[in-house]
Amino acid sequence: MVPFAGWEMPVQYEGVIPEVRAVRGDCGVFDVSHMGELEVEGPRAADLLQATLSNDLARLAPGDAQYTLLTNEHGGIVDDLIVYKLDKFRYLLIVNASNREAAFGWLKERELPGSDVRDVSDEYALLAVQGPRAIERLGLPPAKAFTFAEGEIDGIQCMVNRTGYTGEDGCELLTMAEDGAQLWDRVLARGAVPCGLGARDTLRLEVCYPLHGNDITPETDAISAALAWACALDKEFTGANELREIKARGPARRLVPFVMEEKAVPRHGMAVDGGGEVTSGTHSPTLDRGIGLAYLLSERAAPDTEISIDVRGRPRRARVVKRPIYKREESS
Amino acid sequence: MAATETYPDDLKYHKEHDWARIVGDEAVLGITWFAQDALGELVHYEPPNVGDTVTRDSSYGEVESVKAVSDVIAPVSGEVLEVNQKIVDEPETVNADPYGEGWLVRVRLSDPSEADSLLDVEAYKQVVAES
Repeated sequence: MVPFAGWEMPVQYEGVIPEVRAVRGDCGVFDVSHMGELEVEGPRAADLLQATLSNDLARLAPGDAQYTLLTNEHGGIVDDLIVYKLDKFRYLLIVNASNREAAFGWLKERELPGSDVRDVSDEYALLAVQGPRAIERLGLPPAKAFTFAEGEIDGIQCMVNRTGYTGEDGCELLTMAEDGAQLWDRVLARGAVPCGLGARDTLRLEVCYPLHGNDITPETDAISAALAWACALDKEFTGANELREIKARGPARRLVPFVMEEKAVPRHGMAVDGGGEVTSGTHSPTLDRGIGLAYLLSERAAPDTEISIDVRGRPRRARVVKRPIYKREESS
Repeated sequence: MAATETYPDDLKYHKEHDWARIVGDEAVLGITWFAQDALGELVHYEPPNVGDTVTRDSSYGEVESVKAVSDVIAPVSGEVLEVNQKIVDEPETVNADPYGEGWLVRVRLSDPSEADSLLDVEAYKQVVAES
């Protein structure tokens, strides 16, 4: 167990490698109750969120979810989160545990008359059930990614969110905090393998999902972080002008995925020869080689560029690749 | 799969959780069950080169798991005669068999008397109990 954002979190149960394999091949479950939940309610809730979040909230119908960024005046990333449209006047934001207070404070300060922001994190438990057989094992009906619905697992009421942080099919189950432990037991009984933070970090890196605090921070802008796709630059939101300028002139550096060409495990903070820094790195059990994300000068950031990473004083060859590093086979 | 906890009584141990199997003026070196268990599944072994000198109490290589990287400390001084290529290729072998197929290097001892100051199995088990 390790302390993480005020929670005691398991790094692993059986081991990172078998847990990653379970999620890629069948079904794993993560207790992610540490994540924060914010509720934004009122006739002007949408106005508040449209003005503070980077993605276009107007694209959402009730029952839809969207990956989006809370940006500062420089286009830096206060947090990355998923917004769920409960109804026209009510939205749920699931934010990073370590940014719960920052995100809440940021929105609270900008509240409009007719919009109320509440931190409801302590009311909920959240389990991510992920893998190609996750939905089948839970006995849930098929649904599109980035949607949600009310549901029930063995009599326990949940909000079933078709979202996740692994690149696999699956869902995240939001339930009342007092039902969390029982839901965990029910999900395990249905054959999900318990997974810890280590597997979660490895899985997200294999599919190049950024980790706030490592790959993206208030000092890194959304364009350089390759998150332009989550920025509706045709609308106004905090930092939109700065992001439009960065996009127009081209960012000086870009966050790109790479794979090791030699045996070595890249780690956060390692330098890249010629300028650049690894922001996330690990050993990928799925590819059986070192992988990572790094900020590189834009002119040296194209896919297939050979780079050299300083692994504790030893130069080790790596290659920039296209996103994602790992892509699951589409089921027919 | 991980081996069960054992500490063979024919080995000499170093308090940094390394072992040596000494035969004549040569020794085979590795890490103990305790060390591999603390690290978790190994994913990388950075070995020394054949011909390198290893020095007692100093690092001669690195083993790395998904979670962490660790120096491997030499329990004895000597010259590297052989590196276990199987561990370079399949580092998880150390988890499965830390005292057998999971050996790391074979060395020629430069000072065989160093062996006398290493821990026997009972003394090492005491170190583990206090870790």
